[in-house]
Amino acid sequence: MAEMKYTKDHECVYLDGDTAWVGISKHAQDALGDLVFVELPELGKTVDKGEDVAVVESVKTAAEVYAPLAGEVIEVNEIMESDYDLIAKPVNEQGWIVKLKVSDASGDDLMDEAAYAEYLKEVD
Amino acid sequence: MTKKTALYDAHKKLGAKMGEFAGYDMPLYYDLGVKQEHEWTRSKAGIFDVSHMGQISVKGVEGRSDAVEFFEKITPSSFAKQKIDRTKYTVLTNEQGGIIDDLMVTRTGENEFHCVINAGCKDKDIDWIKSQLTEGLEFHHYDDWSLIALQGPASQWVLKQILDIDLSDLPYMGLWAQDDYKLFISRLGYTGEDGFELSVPNADAEKLWNDLLSHDDVQPIGLAARDSLRLEMGYCLYGHDIDATTSPLEADLGWVMGKMTNTGFIGADVVLKQKEEGITRKRVGIELLDKGVAREGAEVQLEDGSIIGTLCSGGFSPTLDCSIGQAYLPIKHSELGTSVYVNVRGRKLEAIISDMPFVEPKTKSNKI
Repeated sequence: MAEMKYTKDHECVYLDGDTAWVGISKHAQDALGDLVFVELPELGKTVDKGEDVAVVESVKTAAEVYAPLAGEVIEVNEIMESDYDLIAKPVNEQGWIVKLKVSDASGDDLMDEAAYAEYLKEVD
Repeated sequence: MTKKTALYDAHKKLGAKMGEFAGYDMPLYYDLGVKQEHEWTRSKAGIFDVSHMGQISVKGVEGRSDAVEFFEKITPSSFAKQKIDRTKYTVLTNEQGGIIDDLMVTRTGENEFHCVINAGCKDKDIDWIKSQLTEGLEFHHYDDWSLIALQGPASQWVLKQILDIDLSDLPYMGLWAQDDYKLFISRLGYTGEDGFELSVPNADAEKLWNDLLSHDDVQPIGLAARDSLRLEMGYCLYGHDIDATTSPLEADLGWVMGKMTNTGFIGADVVLKQKEEGITRKRVGIELLDKGVAREGAEVQLEDGSIIGTLCSGGFSPTLDCSIGQAYLPIKHSELGTSVYVNVRGRKLEAIISDMPFVEPKTKSNKI
């Protein structure tokens, strides 16, 4: 099973070479509730680490999805624009929102599964 | 320090996500989540804790009509012909013709009235009402009573099955009282569904809540879905869609004045002048044609980019599967069907000025 990494803002990342598949964690999905809209970026957009790269909206609220790493948007999950349930799928399958080509793919400051679980305990 | 309703523990036990609203720690949503809670209320029955709202009464001197006159002073509605045990939606007006609060006023006797006022306006309203009281009027604040809303098509059925109370003959906006005056039920709500609001002493609230919840058709619904439900009806949320600077006419609530037989209310000079000379802006409904969700604060623009207003409320309508909102727009741009644009994070989304309610209300589905 591919290893997922996480940010403090609850993005979920799968690193495949220099490509970062970016989605949102189960925790973020639960907090948002059912999605009603996904705003995807333009292809080729370059983002800094921490910059918003997409927006996911539920009835309740709009939440920015921040780039977990600096990079260029090379693919957007257009199917998700019409099938919001995909967000619940694994990020390395259909649950990704955008794919970024990243310059630094080390992802050193991202949390692994265990660290993220610990983090959730702290913030809860 | 946030306040708690008598149902606070019940919400915690249900695993509600709590949040602050009008100084109260209130359930925002439960297990189903906002969208499903919304849909559940439209298809079955939802219960809402709305005990944060204020319940007050004003009683006049027996044999007189001073309480009727009082309500015709503090609101622009007429009460002389109001039937006993019937409720009216109206507003409290200030001297400038603006709205202090919107409220439900029930005539509970020949010369006595019971009101439900907004949580966020409670202290202000009570001070205002007390300051306007005339000699002989008695004011009471039922601060040890709870209010539970049961909303949705199954509501009447649920009351019959759980409480053995048959309200099939109770009309919309009608009031039913239990013999011991420990339970009052009104057929009204804030969702557009057929439904009821149940007023009980705090001590009885949790049992009533749990009893209602035991029915298979009933789910607890939080304030977030309460907001999306009311938005589909085009109902006003005080502090957003109406406030001290909006007149009933501008708010498109002129209907609360009926045939305008009441001309002696506070602020009448301003409102009647507006009626005669016309208003310059009006609250309208806005429906997005493009995908996206427009929320409060989003600018409303014309095609040329000029800003004509901002959304005072906005969100996603699960029933219509598009975004809807309300805004005050200049009269010349307020006509139904007018094409406008809403700026959402720099994207200009196509929208149309739409009639409200956005979704057909079912409040009068119980024809009597």
